[in-house]
Amino acid sequence: MTDTKIKPITMNFGPQHPAAHGVLRLVMEMDGEIITRADPHIGLLHRGTEKLIENKTYVQALPYFDRLDYVSPMNQEHAYALAIEKLLNVNVPLRGQYIRVLFCEIGRILNHILNITTFAIDVGAMTPLLWGFEEREKLMEFYERVSGARLHASYIRPGGVHQDLPDGLLEDIDLWADQFEGFINDVETLLTENRIFKQRTVGIGKVSRDEALSLGFSGPCLRASGVKWDLRKSQPYEVYDKLDFDIPVGKTGDCYARYLVRMEEMRQSLKLIKQVINEIPNGDYITEDKKIAPPKRSEMKGSMEALIHHFKLYTEGFRPPKGRTYTSVEAPKGEFGVMLESDGSNKPYRCKIRAPGFYFLSSLDYMSKGHMLADSVAIIGSLDIVFGEIDR
Amino acid sequence: MSLSSQIKEYCKVKYRSIKVVLDQLEISVEKDNLLKLIQFLKDDPSCLFDQLSDITAVDYPNKKDRFLIIYQFLSITNNQRVRVLCSISANEVIPSISKLYFSALWAERELWDMFGIYVDGHPDLRRLLTDYGFQGHPLRKDFPLTGFDEVSYETESRRVVYDKVKLTQDYRDFDFNSPWGVEDKIKDKKNND
Repeated sequence: MTDTKIKPITMNFGPQHPAAHGVLRLVMEMDGEIITRADPHIGLLHRGTEKLIENKTYVQALPYFDRLDYVSPMNQEHAYALAIEKLLNVNVPLRGQYIRVLFCEIGRILNHILNITTFAIDVGAMTPLLWGFEEREKLMEFYERVSGARLHASYIRPGGVHQDLPDGLLEDIDLWADQFEGFINDVETLLTENRIFKQRTVGIGKVSRDEALSLGFSGPCLRASGVKWDLRKSQPYEVYDKLDFDIPVGKTGDCYARYLVRMEEMRQSLKLIKQVINEIPNGDYITEDKKIAPPKRSEMKGSMEALIHHFKLYTEGFRPPKGRTYTSVEAPKGEFGVMLESDGSNKPYRCKIRAPGFYFLSSLDYMSKGHMLADSVAIIGSLDIVFGEIDR
Repeated sequence: MSLSSQIKEYCKVKYRSIKVVLDQLEISVEKDNLLKLIQFLKDDPSCLFDQLSDITAVDYPNKKDRFLIIYQFLSITNNQRVRVLCSISANEVIPSISKLYFSALWAERELWDMFGIYVDGHPDLRRLLTDYGFQGHPLRKDFPLTGFDEVSYETESRRVVYDKVKLTQDYRDFDFNSPWGVEDKIKDKKNND
């Protein structure tokens, strides 16, 4: 038989494809049904966030962070607020810190519900998505009650949080937390031992420890590869060092391990939420420094000084001293970092956003090489990709 | 022993300065020694920076060395962070570190796309975030916020068309520093007195 050379087929995947988790265009070179090269074309959701931030005052730039990873908005705000606080050298009151932790963990659950359930729908399980979105809706109601917005909260501000918790919110979150454990168990009965789910995920997209480090992995994807690393533990911020929680670590580094790590992380977040509700102290929720945080509405009705502070804060803003800082938090997807450079004016001179998803997607070519076409969908699903933060 | 004193003691590579800025270690280095320093930071047992978190640049259009490239490293083994800074002028190129850290591949592509800094030795230096056929480098300070082109869908020809940006109102850059010019007035008054 003579050798016949077969030209590889170039296939286009996306940008409008439900399994692409947004606007991902993937140009794949196929050898039959085996992927030989996957080239992600990103930037279809690029809005120039970093450029826009350079042209806004520090407080005006905050809402852009909700729009990065729109699945867990407050975690992004948190990183930015921490960076500003580092530049300004202000402390957040204890109650403010607890509220931040509470909502960051709610954000983590919001994110993991979305990721696990959409991942499941990508590989053929419909029910978790329907159940999960009901829970997400409840959580976003908590967002709404505290900030007035379901998604784009702009709640975590430099110096603390925007408002105190409304009456009865903690009790309601507590009630919700009691029943949420049941939801996690239900999803687990659907997926963890599910034969189809395991066939689609076990051994797919394997990443070893060293590869994961070199690829720039962080968060659940890094932990699934067996690295015990969580910024909440290793470089604690807010009150995480006072709270008791564990870091789940995977063994195999495949899609299934990433799923398992996220499932366990939801349980740990729940544990954190319970602790915060029990331990949260009374007191201020935002710093007293009126050059950084606005005065209370009630004060502004009577005090001229408060009115001036409010006006100056929302027109001119504050001016951090010259400096540069890289502040990162353990966002649900991984290490979300903000590099802020201040030149002493009221606008950031440069704000670089380090999105965890950016590096996950950059390794897609490496991970999907040699896999079947259908596996690339499982890999994308397990990496937890959201285009708001990748394209920025 | 702190990381900075360890680096001072063991690092044979010449660097310009090493200092702590807001609790974070910064090492400035010349372009020629950049690769060697990063290799040292990666391999030396006192450092072991096994992950490259981020690469970015800052544009100072008025300085002689226009761009400041910032590498952010993380050591998971030692739980430490370090920043490596390297200044280059507008027409210089920087070496690629993608052989040392895989995650540099896209970070350097973004650097090229956003700042127009050419990365030498990069295997696949294409634009990353901007449109196909985009002109210019958006994060340079001399690139206007509104950009040059806008796209719209033309119903008659049924395709997307590119146009020059038309703004119904100019971009309003308020000078927040002094809404009433109070500071200037005080200064003027003092000068006159």
